[in-house]
Amino acid sequence: MKKLKVTIDGKTIEVPENTTVLDAARMLDIQIPTLCHHPKLTPFGGCRLCIVEIKGIPRPVTSCTTPVSDGMEVTTSSPQIEDLRKTVLELILSDHPNDCMVCEKAGDCTLQELAYFYGIRENRFGGERRVYAKRDGNPFIERDMEKCILCGRCVKVCDEVQGVGAIDFTYRGFKSKICPPYEKDLNCEFCGQCVAVCPTGALTGKQWSLRGRQKDIKEIDTTCPYCGTGCNITLHVRRNEVVRITSREDTWNEGWLCVKGRFGYKFINSPDRLKKPLIRIKDRSNSLNDIFREASWDEALDYIATRLNEIKSKHGADAIGGLSSARCTNEENYLFQKLMRAAVGTNNVDHCARL
Amino acid sequence: MNKNITIQVCMGTGGIAAGGLEVLDAFESLMKEKNIPAEFKKECSMHKVGCRGLCARDVLVDVIADNRRTIYQYIKPEMVERIVDEHVVGGNPVSEWQVDEDYHKFHEKQVKVVLSDCGNIDPEDINAYMAVDGYKAVEKVFTSMTPEEVIDMMKKSGLRGRGGAGFPTGVKWEACRKAEASQKYIICNADEGDPGAFMDRAVIEGNPHAVIEGMVIGAYAIGASKGYVYIRAEYPLAVERLKKAIKDAKERGFLGKNIFGKGFDFDIKIKLGAGAFVCGEETALIASIEGQRGMPRAKPPFPVHRGLWGKPTVINNVETLANIPYIIKKGHEWFSSYGTEKSKGTKVFALTGKVKNTGLIEVPMGITLREIIYDIGGGIEGGKALKAVQTGGPSGGCITPDMLDINVDYESLAKVGSIVGSGGMIALDEDDCMVNVAKYFLQFTQSESCGKCVPCRIGTKRLLEIMDRITKGSGRQGDIELLEKLSSDIKAASLCGLGQTAPNPVLSTIKYFREEYEAHLQGKCPAKACREMLTYHIIEEFCKGCGACLRACPAGAITGEKKKPHKIAPEICIKCGACFDVCKFKAVGKE
Amino acid sequence: MTNSIREIEGNEVIFIIGSNTKETHPVIANRMIKAYRNGAKIIVADPRRVPMTRFSELFLNLKPGTDVALLNGIAHVILKEGLHNKEFINNRTEGFDEWKKSVEDFTPDYVEKITGVDRGDIIKAAKLYGSSQRAGIFYTMGITQHTCGTDNVNAVANLALITGNIGKPSAGINPLRGQNNVQGASDAGCMPNVYPGYQRVDLPDIKHKFESAWGASLSPHAGLKSTEMIPAALDGKLKGLYIMGENPVITDPNIEHTIKALNAVEFLVVQDIFMTETAELADVVLPAACFAEKDGTFSNTERKVQRVRKAVIPPEEARDDISIIMELSKRLGYNMEYNSPEEVFEEFGKVWPALAGITYGRIEKHGIQWPCPTKNHPGTTYLYKGGFPRGKVHFTPTAYTPPAEITDSDYPFILTTGRNLFQYHSGSMTRRVKPIETHAGEPYVEISPSDAKGLDIKDGDMVKVISRRGNIKIKARVTKKASKGVIFIPMHYSEAAANMLTNDKALDKHAKTPEFKVCAAKIEK
Repeated sequence: MKKLKVTIDGKTIEVPENTTVLDAARMLDIQIPTLCHHPKLTPFGGCRLCIVEIKGIPRPVTSCTTPVSDGMEVTTSSPQIEDLRKTVLELILSDHPNDCMVCEKAGDCTLQELAYFYGIRENRFGGERRVYAKRDGNPFIERDMEKCILCGRCVKVCDEVQGVGAIDFTYRGFKSKICPPYEKDLNCEFCGQCVAVCPTGALTGKQWSLRGRQKDIKEIDTTCPYCGTGCNITLHVRRNEVVRITSREDTWNEGWLCVKGRFGYKFINSPDRLKKPLIRIKDRSNSLNDIFREASWDEALDYIATRLNEIKSKHGADAIGGLSSARCTNEENYLFQKLMRAAVGTNNVDHCARL
Repeated sequence: MNKNITIQVCMGTGGIAAGGLEVLDAFESLMKEKNIPAEFKKECSMHKVGCRGLCARDVLVDVIADNRRTIYQYIKPEMVERIVDEHVVGGNPVSEWQVDEDYHKFHEKQVKVVLSDCGNIDPEDINAYMAVDGYKAVEKVFTSMTPEEVIDMMKKSGLRGRGGAGFPTGVKWEACRKAEASQKYIICNADEGDPGAFMDRAVIEGNPHAVIEGMVIGAYAIGASKGYVYIRAEYPLAVERLKKAIKDAKERGFLGKNIFGKGFDFDIKIKLGAGAFVCGEETALIASIEGQRGMPRAKPPFPVHRGLWGKPTVINNVETLANIPYIIKKGHEWFSSYGTEKSKGTKVFALTGKVKNTGLIEVPMGITLREIIYDIGGGIEGGKALKAVQTGGPSGGCITPDMLDINVDYESLAKVGSIVGSGGMIALDEDDCMVNVAKYFLQFTQSESCGKCVPCRIGTKRLLEIMDRITKGSGRQGDIELLEKLSSDIKAASLCGLGQTAPNPVLSTIKYFREEYEAHLQGKCPAKACREMLTYHIIEEFCKGCGACLRACPAGAITGEKKKPHKIAPEICIKCGACFDVCKFKAVGKE
Repeated sequence: MTNSIREIEGNEVIFIIGSNTKETHPVIANRMIKAYRNGAKIIVADPRRVPMTRFSELFLNLKPGTDVALLNGIAHVILKEGLHNKEFINNRTEGFDEWKKSVEDFTPDYVEKITGVDRGDIIKAAKLYGSSQRAGIFYTMGITQHTCGTDNVNAVANLALITGNIGKPSAGINPLRGQNNVQGASDAGCMPNVYPGYQRVDLPDIKHKFESAWGASLSPHAGLKSTEMIPAALDGKLKGLYIMGENPVITDPNIEHTIKALNAVEFLVVQDIFMTETAELADVVLPAACFAEKDGTFSNTERKVQRVRKAVIPPEEARDDISIIMELSKRLGYNMEYNSPEEVFEEFGKVWPALAGITYGRIEKHGIQWPCPTKNHPGTTYLYKGGFPRGKVHFTPTAYTPPAEITDSDYPFILTTGRNLFQYHSGSMTRRVKPIETHAGEPYVEISPSDAKGLDIKDGDMVKVISRRGNIKIKARVTKKASKGVIFIPMHYSEAAANMLTNDKALDKHAKTPEFKVCAAKIEK
């Protein structure tokens, strides 16, 4: 492949054809602020924060959409560029609720981050702000369109990655808005890819609400417990509770999840969870009247051992069977079959691969 | 004598609106009723023609007898009988209905290339076009020119894009010709959206075949097998005529498979726009054809490299394409004999506003603005003073009377902060408030912003809010400077031409009429056009106490007894101006 | 999977058969969509108009249970068109000529009659798949849950073999496993005929190896499969049953039958995180930890071993399964002592060379796909690169056999079961997630508009679905997703359980997989 030479802020690098200026800059570890850009999605060029100066081009261009050409000379920061970026940020914030104090996304919000770094305290461009009374009634995704900066990431991820196209830009001008057709409630696959790529608090999980913000959260990387795809997920834990699930962009699944993986975690803290060993008390006259009583682990395990040994001595080890679980870990499955084979003495062990 | 008579009725959208269909009907039925061909041995042909420019005088009817053309204006169906009796039969033109001196002056300084056949031929009849050498250019190109020669000729002619940006057409074609791809496209941009502009509509309505012929030549030059005409759905007549023209051209083999037996296929599809101004921007137009929301895409890559469906694509404006057959037929030297050093040929403008003669004009590049306003336009109506000429529509700027001797071409207009644009030209007089004019255009661009990029979506909204408060008398100190700063940032940071030019009307009016802005900040609208800033009062010595104003006032702000001077209560008055408009005695004053 | 999920984006052709990928493996579907955006052509063969058909070049809407015929028909056309890879067949396979004869009868006309798929589409599919050198087949339970499931799998494999679409990237035979660690449970030897790593229990050498590794004497013969344990319980041969983390009452065919069997067992232990329908029947219920409460590894459908990490502590006295098993084992007189799951994993790697090179340290950030025999082996993204383990691979002829239960005038509909996007398996987890229940908490039967019209059923009507096993009341969902004559019920809902109706008597003769995908049913309003 053809290599092109580009000089960015005085540093030179060779990049393959079709590399954007932004990607080339990132290869050189040069930071350019972005809001609408997402590495997994096609370039958009809407937020205008990533503008740079290129020698020979009279006006600033967006680095996310401009392919490198051989010998290109780029300046990523100049007083004029920084001034334009500041204007753009002020304009965005002039149409934003700026209620970071109560926003789920505070501390994890790209817009907030940029406002901080550009020191935007005063805003020269106060004016009308979009106000939307109606809330989306779907049970998964909170869509607070007042916080939407129309970066278009959600629209693109829904179309390009998920192949659904549940939302798009609607209306024109200042009234432009991203929503499902006819502004109905969202009714889609609820994969939450849109939530994952949203740079502000416009899209969040409804279950996340008031469960803690990023600064209170410990992140633990693990593997999704649902289908066999094995997506890498990150559990967000606060006070011994999983309050949110995300997936990192650098995982093999590229950060994409499905509705179960992203939103199906509340069973962990379900009040229905079994919490103590239980032993059945049989009603000899009517089995429907059987009840369970709580037992200690020692009692329950001793009881199991006694009963299994009884069966084994009376009918042989092959009168005992074990069903392991496709939901449990390798280690647990390994031990389970070892238990059945080495401790009980039977090969009657299986799991639900067929179901 | 009087054997052959031709009657032409203007049947552009303007002509039809003024009653052209009924006029033509009247001619046809009278001819039959009076059995003119048999009785008087006169062969009469009647047909509709496209726009001839001076739409304000529709219905325009030409009667050509003895090779003499008589032009009638303001014709209504009931007037037809007299024309038939006196002129067609009697041979004596009805002199009081003929066009006056102004009409001729309107045409005197015009040079018609694109519009040369418009208004002379029946746009719905391919034979009429062929009778004036239509499709001869295609024939010439296919039988005697290589694509490179065509491109070379375009480059030598100096033709530049008439859609606004003025990019050399030949250079664009050449870039697309050189791009390697299995499929290329040529698109005719007929999404004419500037308020008050109707150049492209008139061309398509008046001579659709010229546009098609231009496209075929362009397709041949760049190697495109498919073409699209992206046209506003709001132009039903143009669409209808274009459809028929495409069908007829296909039947005659100018479109379709194996054109002129050269193994070259080319077909044209019509794509209707849904009324978004931004779809006139070429990348948004492409997105719209692809079935996406019409939102512009960043350039580079340019459409000539990656356009429709990712393939190399040339997008030319209607007027540009309509020039091409004439250049091919008459040669590039002929074309470049018109115009200035860098702006060749002619340009069509929609001349509107306070001039006497409003309408569609075609002038050689380099004509002075004074000639357009005073010779063609006939000067300002009502003897008022010209205040400014706005050119280029919502992306354009203002030119002040002291610059009237400027040449109208791409470079000269750009030098004074305006543009040729797609060809809007509005004359403004002393009653027009420049702040309000700028606000009007801004309102349009803001509501037509696609919403994709921040400076355009939010920036123009903020500009508009500032403009709005200035025209309502609540402007703040520093607002003018804020407008300037925000405008220049929007221009620098916006994604597409819409945002990049949206602040032009504001910047241009501040540049030349800063004192008007300052006056507004002081609470005065010098043109007395900003209603919210005015106060209304009754001038007692003129008031007859007729009560008309009292009855007209929707707010009940006016009191008074009959035949005694009335009074307006300023705290109740909503400044709607109804009293001012109804008073016959000029007894309502506004300040 | 012989190949990897990430490779899908390099595929030219993706042949999905018997898999509702967009709903059951949504993130794999994302890769397929990425491939589609790169220009890949997708073929979907399914009795239902599953969502992936939105991206398919070709949709083969076959009748349930006719997969062998379709696959043989495609093979027939590939051979006839000369699209087969002669070099690959010569060098890497055996039994081709004999097998070739077996597909001779499967002309497009004949296959159209059996499958209902247009003959032209069969030819198109054959040309598309047969002309590509980067074509992968993807399937799930739509292939396996049939009495002819093993034949189906062989027919799939034959297609890959004649075109040489195996042993290279972006190709292969790719079953998409339905559960997070169904791969791992099989790898770990939770199967009656094999020890960990698919090592046969009936081979004395292997048995000795494990006896010395584990310090115990082991049974020399294969045990019962899960679908055999249920009848064994009813026959009184199986007296004690220990179930860890499964809910067969909901997931096995014929619920009444399953309940009867579990009640017949003298002593039933269920270890789970919820009081499932199966736990309700137990003599002892043990509270276990869920995935977020323990450390370990899962192996995904592409054989990738990935870390599971403890994020929260289990509720009250619930314990992770490892400590429960160790405690119980001790009480059964066999001591297992591990200080951590990592030690268990190390032992697993010692008894199965394919895992020997994988350590917790190496999979800290990214998983590794087995086989990975040494500590510096990068893992195996696709299998059979240099050849097949047993030298040449044999073509297995597959004959078309109709499903066990066919429709008749009493039971005119084919009922097929499966999953939907929102719920998961027996629902013990997802049905406790409120938004999922709000959105997809109601059982339904999918019925085609024309069938609904014939029965005067409107969308949302309550209907009764009846099979020879039982009946359920359920809401009708009239949808074009369903084909005429075929109805679909998702398996997740115990209140209108699909498995009240399914056929427990129809099992694949080799794998003993139940025929969930076909049984005869009728609908009453």
